[in-house]
Amino acid sequence: MPWDRNQMAARAAEELEDGWYVNLGIGIPTLVANYVGDKDITLQSENGMLGMGPFPYEGEEDPDLINAGKQTITELSRTAYFDSATSFGMIRGGKIAAAILGAMEVAENGDLANWMIPGKLVKGMGGAMDLVAGVGRVIVVMDHTNKHGDSKLLKECTLPLTGTGVVDRIITNLGVLDVVEGGLKIVETAEGVTEDEIRAATEATIVN
Amino acid sequence: MKKVYGSATEALDGVLHDGMLIAAGGFGLCGIPELLIDGIVASGVKDLTVASNNAGVDGFGLGKLLETRQIKKMMSSYVGENAEFMRQYLSGELELEFNPQGTLAERMRAGGAGIPGFYTKTGVGTQIAEGKDVKQFNGEDYIMEEGIFADLSIVKAWKADDTGNLIFRKTARNFNPPAAMCGRICIAEVEEIVPRGSLDPDLIHLPGIYVHRLIQGQHEKRIEQRTVRKREDA
Repeated sequence: MPWDRNQMAARAAEELEDGWYVNLGIGIPTLVANYVGDKDITLQSENGMLGMGPFPYEGEEDPDLINAGKQTITELSRTAYFDSATSFGMIRGGKIAAAILGAMEVAENGDLANWMIPGKLVKGMGGAMDLVAGVGRVIVVMDHTNKHGDSKLLKECTLPLTGTGVVDRIITNLGVLDVVEGGLKIVETAEGVTEDEIRAATEATIVN
Repeated sequence: MKKVYGSATEALDGVLHDGMLIAAGGFGLCGIPELLIDGIVASGVKDLTVASNNAGVDGFGLGKLLETRQIKKMMSSYVGENAEFMRQYLSGELELEFNPQGTLAERMRAGGAGIPGFYTKTGVGTQIAEGKDVKQFNGEDYIMEEGIFADLSIVKAWKADDTGNLIFRKTARNFNPPAAMCGRICIAEVEEIVPRGSLDPDLIHLPGIYVHRLIQGQHEKRIEQRTVRKREDA
């Protein structure tokens, strides 16, 4: 059985190490926060906050306290606030240990495309280009194939890039792959998924 | 010199002209200078270039200036929440310069700090790098980005004293300090102007040297995405 969204998020949470400062993207990456367990993880929100807490209780929403997805959130006892230039200083400066992001396409050399589809509505890259260029480790969490059944793990990205050679690890509904010399390496399969099934669903070169 | 003005219109008097570059603070609808935006709408000034992370939503924030067609060009990182913006952009009425969010913030900070250009690895090898100077440092490619020097900055803070020292609140700080820094003139709107001496000098987020004019007013502070969790049963 391929992993569902929550299982992918739980698997991604295993990537995080005690003491890390981490940035989570929108979508499945956001769910990773539910699975960090006892690890001491500080979440960064790039609009200017370290120590992001959960959604507020109804009636306690604060318009001055939102995350990068513009959702109302809460602060924690460890929280610190800062301006956007400082926030991206810590991102660009390599202080954030890891970013977990969604993607439209990943290429076998680690190129990432996740911000625009030409001809479709262009919303912008937000902080994605800064994050992938700056953080210590970029972990992509996404479905292995698109809704047409085509592989999202490609020899070369077809969409405009967010960054070149930036992805370290990819967690899909079928398993976990690393970007290595010469292509992608399967490091884990979802329970009941075979390596052959991953190969069949992958356009990118798989190396042993 | 007196910095406190009675209204957005008074504070904006004499600083607006067609075709100017305005840097605006805020992230989404959080910490946006809503009163000054209303004042700029009322002024009728046009052909504006606005550097702001986002473009508001339909009918609120910078969305109001889009509706009245006063903006010619936006410099932003993310504009997804605004249908009128998309309509004007797709029809060619509105220019858009996408900036990675951190690059936009640093361009403002740099402009305010007297730095006309800087190198960053953000965007190397992407569309953003097209036409930009590339330089290697320690064997890695970096692209040159230019500081933003705005004619006017409009920002929103929580509290100020009458000398313009500002304190922001929670994530409403966001782009406001770098936006404030990069303007030749900066106007700040705050929720409360307090007497001189009542703000702890150690806790000032932005010193008043960056703030030339100041107004106090009521803010709607609209929430863009209201997300909540359920209380567990006691």
